[in-house]
Amino acid sequence: MRIRLLHFASFRETLGRDEEAREVTEGTRVRDLWQALGFESAALRRFPTPPPAAVNREYVPPDTILHDGDEVAFLPPVAGG
Amino acid sequence: MPYLTSSPLDVAALLSEARSSDGGLCLFVGVVRDENAGRKTVAIEYEAYGSMAEAEMARIAEGLARDFPTARVSIKHRVGRLSVGEPSVAIVAVAPHRVEAFAACRAAIDRVKATVPIWKKEYHPDGSSDWVDPTAPAKEPA
Repeated sequence: MRIRLLHFASFRETLGRDEEAREVTEGTRVRDLWQALGFESAALRRFPTPPPAAVNREYVPPDTILHDGDEVAFLPPVAGG
Repeated sequence: MPYLTSSPLDVAALLSEARSSDGGLCLFVGVVRDENAGRKTVAIEYEAYGSMAEAEMARIAEGLARDFPTARVSIKHRVGRLSVGEPSVAIVAVAPHRVEAFAACRAAIDRVKATVPIWKKEYHPDGSSDWVDPTAPAKEPA
């Protein structure tokens, strides 16, 4: 199945892209996806594992199972205001 | 009504939020400061996960309506590049009495800062820049 992964702020700059489509296997959890990204980028591995994550624009716990078509984002420390 | 805007915030317009039954209006405006953690700042770029930020601020508004039933809160947050002194966020809380207006306004800005997916990149006079990380341990004073 396929998910859409968005990158913001420092994570976007670290990875050099703002979004991607990604194939994941059935049963993949949010934390597995973060681990996969960590294999690509040593700079991401220094962040807390995993950072706060959102699925379909809502915060979710790291053990959340992903579904086909989900919009997923890992969120660097937020700093609004 | 969107919470995020790339246009300058019209703070004065928020003063007309009060209804005839309101006796208090509490306005908080966050502005871009000229330094952070001992470093000079000349501008801040605000970046948002727009669709989630809108959804998260709507959730915050629902929570505020539950927690402060007599108050009504409006939230506006700016995105894009802002200069020192420009308003980045404006919150107005109106209520029949000041106690709940103050409390709702304070809760609103605290919740916005805690969970809304907005990031800021500070630009320094030498052209360098940093993403602000409020979770980073504070540096020891020099």
